[in-house]
Amino acid sequence: MPEPVRALIPRLRAICGDDGVITDTAQRRTYESDALTYHAAVPGVVVLPTGTEQVAAVVRLCAEHGVPFVPRGAGTGLSAGALPRDDGVLVTTSRMRRIHEIDIDNACAVVEPGVANLDITRAAAPHGYYYAPDPSSQQVCSVGGNVAENSGGAHCLKYGFTANHVLGLEVVTPGGEVVRLGGKAPEAPGYDLIGAFVGSEGTLGIATEITVRLTRAPERVSTVLAAFATTDAGGAAVSAIIAAGVLPSAVEMMDALSIEAAEQAVACGYPKGAGAVLIVELDGPASDVEAYAAVVERLCREAGAFEIRAADDPDERARIWKGRKSAFAAVGRISPAYIVQDGVVPRTALPDVLRRIAELSARSGIRVANVFHAGDGNLHPLVLFDDAEPGAAERAAEVSGAILDLCIEHGGSITGEHGVGVDKACHMPAMFGPSDLDAFDRLRRAFDPQGIANPEKLLPTPRLCGERPAVRKGEHPLVAEGAGDVF
Amino acid sequence: MGSRRDAEALVDALGASGAALRPGGEEDAVGGCVPRIVAVPPDPGAAAALMAAAARHRLVTVARGHGTKPVWGGVPERCDVLIDTGRLNGVDHATGDLVVRVGAGTPMAELEAELAKAGQRLSVDAVVAGSTVGGVVATGLSGPLRLLHGPVRDLVIGMTTVLADGATASSGGRVVKNVAGYDLGKLHTGALGTLGLITSVTFRLHPVPPARRFVRVSVEPGDSAAVCDAARALRASQLVPSAIELDWPVDGPPELQVLVEGAESGVGRRAAAAAALLGGRAGVGTEPPEGWGELPGAPDDLLLKLAYPLTGLPEALDVLRSAAADAGVGVAVRGSAGTGIMYAALPRSAAAEEAAVDAVSRLRAAPGDGRASFPDAARAPRPRHPHLPGARDEIPGLALMRAVKDRFDPHHLLSPGRIAGGV
Ligand SMILES: Cc1cc2nc3c(=O)[nH]c(=O)nc-3n(C[C@H](O)[C@H](O)[C@H](O)COP(=O)(O)OP(=O)(O)OC[C@H]3O[C@@H](n4cnc5c(N)ncnc54)[C@H](O)[C@@H]3O)c2cc1C
Ligand SMILES: Cc1cc2nc3c(=O)[nH]c(=O)nc-3n(C[C@H](O)[C@H](O)[C@H](O)COP(=O)(O)OP(=O)(O)OC[C@H]3O[C@@H](n4cnc5c(N)ncnc54)[C@H](O)[C@@H]3O)c2cc1C
Repeated sequence: MPEPVRALIPRLRAICGDDGVITDTAQRRTYESDALTYHAAVPGVVVLPTGTEQVAAVVRLCAEHGVPFVPRGAGTGLSAGALPRDDGVLVTTSRMRRIHEIDIDNACAVVEPGVANLDITRAAAPHGYYYAPDPSSQQVCSVGGNVAENSGGAHCLKYGFTANHVLGLEVVTPGGEVVRLGGKAPEAPGYDLIGAFVGSEGTLGIATEITVRLTRAPERVSTVLAAFATTDAGGAAVSAIIAAGVLPSAVEMMDALSIEAAEQAVACGYPKGAGAVLIVELDGPASDVEAYAAVVERLCREAGAFEIRAADDPDERARIWKGRKSAFAAVGRISPAYIVQDGVVPRTALPDVLRRIAELSARSGIRVANVFHAGDGNLHPLVLFDDAEPGAAERAAEVSGAILDLCIEHGGSITGEHGVGVDKACHMPAMFGPSDLDAFDRLRRAFDPQGIANPEKLLPTPRLCGERPAVRKGEHPLVAEGAGDVF
Repeated sequence: MGSRRDAEALVDALGASGAALRPGGEEDAVGGCVPRIVAVPPDPGAAAALMAAAARHRLVTVARGHGTKPVWGGVPERCDVLIDTGRLNGVDHATGDLVVRVGAGTPMAELEAELAKAGQRLSVDAVVAGSTVGGVVATGLSGPLRLLHGPVRDLVIGMTTVLADGATASSGGRVVKNVAGYDLGKLHTGALGTLGLITSVTFRLHPVPPARRFVRVSVEPGDSAAVCDAARALRASQLVPSAIELDWPVDGPPELQVLVEGAESGVGRRAAAAAALLGGRAGVGTEPPEGWGELPGAPDDLLLKLAYPLTGLPEALDVLRSAAADAGVGVAVRGSAGTGIMYAALPRSAAAEEAAVDAVSRLRAAPGDGRASFPDAARAPRPRHPHLPGARDEIPGLALMRAVKDRFDPHHLLSPGRIAGGV
């Protein structure tokens, strides 16, 4: 353990108590990565604060000594955002799991950051409300982690991401101050710092209390499953549905390989011989759902669907979703190892990009299973390989990288929901120019002038990515050069 | 004030940018501050060169869209160069993606017309005729549709700005789902041009719903609690209204106005259900009620804004109405009872100014999350704040806001002093 961290331990114990500080190596090792296990580092020390005051005291201590800290929620992140540092403090929110308030009259909830996403919905459900952002990891992932990643879920097509559902935040800044932003009111004066904080991946401070919007549970939910011969035909159906002015709550697609995997794993019973299945969910007032479900079925048929199933009750719906929800785990069973990509393309580019991915796969001999949020163009290609085979991991990584390049080439994004973290920091310059990155850096330094909050995440650094001469810092050269020349 | 020599010197300093330049006049004044020069950059590149040159000479720039009275927020402390965004226009509509990228100087009306051709809309109300896209985003203001679709910032998916030093910075992108990098678009939305000049914005769009109905019900008894209870009941219903507006004129009972949109087969039933739920004698129509989405009162009235959690709204309205009643002045209220954002107008008089300041002081002293403010400096009591407790320093997060401003605009050259708290 590096000396600067060791020196903090007695004071960390004074703040968090003996049971709130983990120094034992074996125990620290259990925190060495998030769900992207490829990146791992044993944290210098782990603290488990129980409240805002403890978090603030820990962060103040780090700030005083210039020691980096890394926030961590449930560790389900997929971009190594919570990758610890051996010279730093890992601040875990697992002991901050209280739901302070479910306020139905104002349709909001006030929670601690360690609360699991689904627990908000569980608490609100008896009142007829739920928490709309629904990442597939929602049983375990923390609301604090959702805020940091601006997480979405299958239903963000209609309901938006975490950013659209956060009303207020209490934040411990990287300087150790406690700041309240927003609250139950619909807006707050001044800059939208909540908007800046959501999605900041732990680099602007630690969220210690979160006020989220609750959404009224819909009157009717209807789910349509349509089977097509090809992903092209499925893609055409998606375009037709959107063009018809229908706004489904979710539109998901799976290709032949992922259907096969899901079939083997959970016997989801999707139509035999399908080259693609489309799942379209509609929700809202019963009259709208009925009207639009008929439109969706007609358009799917017109696009060549050879089988359509509709489900209106929760059990039937669950059966339709079963295959989709198990797809990732299922693929794990047909391949010893895989990489999950998270690129985004404009929806209209989907058919082209899928064809190009198929070509990449054919050329490299690396299989790619496609499971994706078709409604918003968010691809989750699973790049399959055998990690026992020499060189396979490298070739898979190459294919995975080439898929990201395809996304950028089509005007898309390198990440739709998993975040940049460490994993994609070096891809940022492919999407953003030097002055864009510089603007990001300005925001970061406004919050964290010392650079101790989750360093080396989100933005490329020379150490991670090599020196990039184009990235500049500080005052614009024009201004510096003309500084004396003032009217 | 624009002397010829001064203007010539500024033309020398800024001319190479390619922006058209002319001396500023009274008609260009921003809250009484006459700019020394008005610059019209023909494209984003020229806007960047202009900002860089202005920064080099430490000139204060203020952006202007259509100039529909550009002192929402506050009067900037200084204005050397007024940047007119009129030529930073153009609409690039990706129909199949339900996405549009639009130049900041484009009038909202022009954008709407373009989108309507494809049966789509930007679900933001263009509250004031003539507003530009940049002005609407920079002010971050919203109208009735906010209830269903959220504030403007929720619909922004990408933005290009020129920062104070002339650097062009983009964030977000052209896809609706994207978490790469910080969401700087949200930071610029509502920043009133104090962090950068917005040159283009990319929005997510919605299909225009096939049918709509407006339901109007007078709420009896006309007290704040009854009105707000009715609005809350609507929100908690299964009717999914797109908007719940309150229109409470000076004399006459408050009226709740509900917009339902959706499939033709359903809106009639939903409208009837809304009317039944409200229990009054409802009128149902297909056209918006008069004044829909507009500010209450007359253009010169004092204007107050209330932004409150739904349960805090009745008390805020009561404080305001009783202050007005005590002063013997009338108050007109209009706004979104569904989201808790409400505007109030008082005909300008010494008594009305007293009443307004008294109400705002009392509301600010009360605990809770809401806030009362004078959003438009031109329509605030004059002088603006003297009796208001701590108006400049009470805002939570102000130190962080200052830090952000200092990083983006270290020499405070972009509309300094305009944002709440004097940022
Ligand atoms: C099986 C599986 C399915 C998934 N499905 C989805 C999906 O559908 N949609 C989706 O968007 N994501 C998905 N994810 C990714 C992941 O679940 C989300 O990113 C989630 O929000 C991470 O939450 P966490 O509590 O696990 O955060 P962690 O992994 O612990 O941390 C994630 C980031 O948040 C920061 N952080 C954590 N807590 C705080 C805090 N209180 N304040 C500030 N920063 C903090 C960390 O520093 C780190 O940068 C999935 C992951 C898995 C393993
Ligand atoms: C219900 C409601 C009613 C309203 N009624 C009125 C009203 O009656 N009168 C009225 O004046 N306003 C009213 N507003 C505010 C009005 O919506 C905005 O002021 C207007 O939309 C701004 O558009 P504009 O193009 O005229 O911008 P301008 O008035 O020119 O500018 C507005 C602000 O935005 C900044 N700005 C403009 N363009 C840019 C850019 N490209 N980049 C950065 N900053 C920029 C300006 O510096 C200024 O601070 C109302 C708002 C609401 C919600």
